[in-house]
Amino acid sequence: MAVAHEGGAFDLARNRAAGLSSSLAHFLRRYPLGAAGAAIVLAIVLMALLADWITIFDPTATDAHASLARPGGAHPLGADFMGRDMWSRIAFGARISLAVGVGATSLGCIIGVSIGLLSGYFGGWLDLVAQRFMDMLQALPLLVLALVMSAALGPSLENVILAISIPLVPTVARVIRSNTLMLREMPFVEAARAVGMNEISIALRHVLPNTLAPLIVLATAQLGSAILVEAALSFLGLGIPEPYPSWGRMLSESAAEYVRTAPWLVIYPGLAISLAVFGTNLLGDALRDIFDPRLRL
Amino acid sequence: MATYLIRRLLLMVLTLFGISVLIFVLLRIVPGNIADILFDAAGMVSAAEKHKLEAELGLDKPIVVQYVDWIGGLARGDFGYTYVSERPALEEILPRIPVTAKLAALAVMFSVLLGVPLGVVSAVRQNTALDYVLRVASLSGLSLPSFWLGLLILMAFVQYAGWIPIYTEKPARLWDELALLSIPAAAAGLRSSALVMRLTRSSMLEVLRQDYVRTARAKGASPAAVNYDHALRNAMLPIITIIGIEAAFLVGGLIVTETVFNIPGVARFLVEAIRWRDYPVVQNLVMFIAIIVVSVNFLVDMAYAVLDPRIRYEE
Repeated sequence: MAVAHEGGAFDLARNRAAGLSSSLAHFLRRYPLGAAGAAIVLAIVLMALLADWITIFDPTATDAHASLARPGGAHPLGADFMGRDMWSRIAFGARISLAVGVGATSLGCIIGVSIGLLSGYFGGWLDLVAQRFMDMLQALPLLVLALVMSAALGPSLENVILAISIPLVPTVARVIRSNTLMLREMPFVEAARAVGMNEISIALRHVLPNTLAPLIVLATAQLGSAILVEAALSFLGLGIPEPYPSWGRMLSESAAEYVRTAPWLVIYPGLAISLAVFGTNLLGDALRDIFDPRLRL
Repeated sequence: MATYLIRRLLLMVLTLFGISVLIFVLLRIVPGNIADILFDAAGMVSAAEKHKLEAELGLDKPIVVQYVDWIGGLARGDFGYTYVSERPALEEILPRIPVTAKLAALAVMFSVLLGVPLGVVSAVRQNTALDYVLRVASLSGLSLPSFWLGLLILMAFVQYAGWIPIYTEKPARLWDELALLSIPAAAAGLRSSALVMRLTRSSMLEVLRQDYVRTARAKGASPAAVNYDHALRNAMLPIITIIGIEAAFLVGGLIVTETVFNIPGVARFLVEAIRWRDYPVVQNLVMFIAIIVVSVNFLVDMAYAVLDPRIRYEE
């Protein structure tokens, strides 16, 4: 492959692949916080995957007798006003959070990488237009843009994913663009051009793979933001619609009035959101230290 | 300096123009026009009323004319009409601005007073136990949704104080109002303070690696003089940009915090307008927010250029 060359960042890039696969133990010792983050993320992924097996109640089944049941007994985390089991709703809610988080992050990264790669590699008016467009998106606060998009598109899982992905685009596009600008001047790109490769293949086969490291770091950080924005949208009543159990909406349903009477309805969903985001943030920080220490987020 | 200022000013106008087109188009890709939605939302009945509404909103005109009318109105301070309260939107928005402004100022103050010193300490004591604890604390701060933090604060008040700091009516004295707002401001500002701390830390670390810091150390300056006299003064410059980054970041926190604490501010009004599907008002409020964020960033850039002459010659 054409990625054989010198330079600190790239040596690092080569070593880290070997380092990661060869010794997980090294990662655990060197980055205990990152390992803790990975464990939290893994636990939430498992919770989402195994939700059907680790819960007894249907997350949407109502039960008048269990209305506002205290934690304990059949309902380990209590039940909400409609008697729905909180543990089931939190376990199934992990699916929604991860689906929206991973969906929005992937979509945002795909769009951001395309824009960043194109504008960084080809430059010119394309770059100028793309940059001004990113300025616009960045001038709108993440939550405001997501709120307006979600309201305009209408409430559905797909629309919420789309509404959250677009505000994530500018950061990805900017980082990929600046990386591409640097990579474009590298000797291996010149070599590829000298052997007669066309520009599009060079961009895709030689430049793109080398932007993977910052992309992984960014994507992890964005995942946390996406989960938080979904929670905020659903909390405000403009996110995931019924009947999906969403952590954010569980808080909006139970908000201020249950602060007094049923604190478990407020504590557990918020704890779930915070843990999920904390896990991705810890993991993201460790990944940044490994892959790209210069990238500051 | 003049050319830099003019170029940045033109860029700002271009960005705002782009945003206005984006918002305008975004709110028109919905199936059905605004009259249909308002018609449903406001519970109007007759077809004649709907035609009147369409004419009033100018929906019968070509789309470009509609856009020009909107921008023209905005420039004259015409924020449209809220159909729910049947009053001009500006009358609803104006009294809310001071409330949100006070809340935002308190939140920024909180985040800077907490974030900057902790960031500096964390950088100076890099890789010590203290640095470790502070970094984990700032990461947890970034992971807490502000609305949940708000709810937890309310819960703590119920549990231990027996009352809830809810903004029911405007307190007579400014001091009382600020005291009441300081609790939600802390909820909104905590996330920002975590961000400020992380950015301060990395900015400080970068300066500590500079040659002149090494020189200062080499000539035997005391660690305190090196850290605070040489390093911090230079690290303060990038910290100014943080205020710009924070402006956009804080708006999200204000939206949810005003909702949780029931504060009659602009941010909650935006959510309400979106819920009522009062799109003309949403369109104007989003523009208003964009103008504030872009202006804050512009002012920060200017302050930066004045303080650091190198900036003006870049690009």
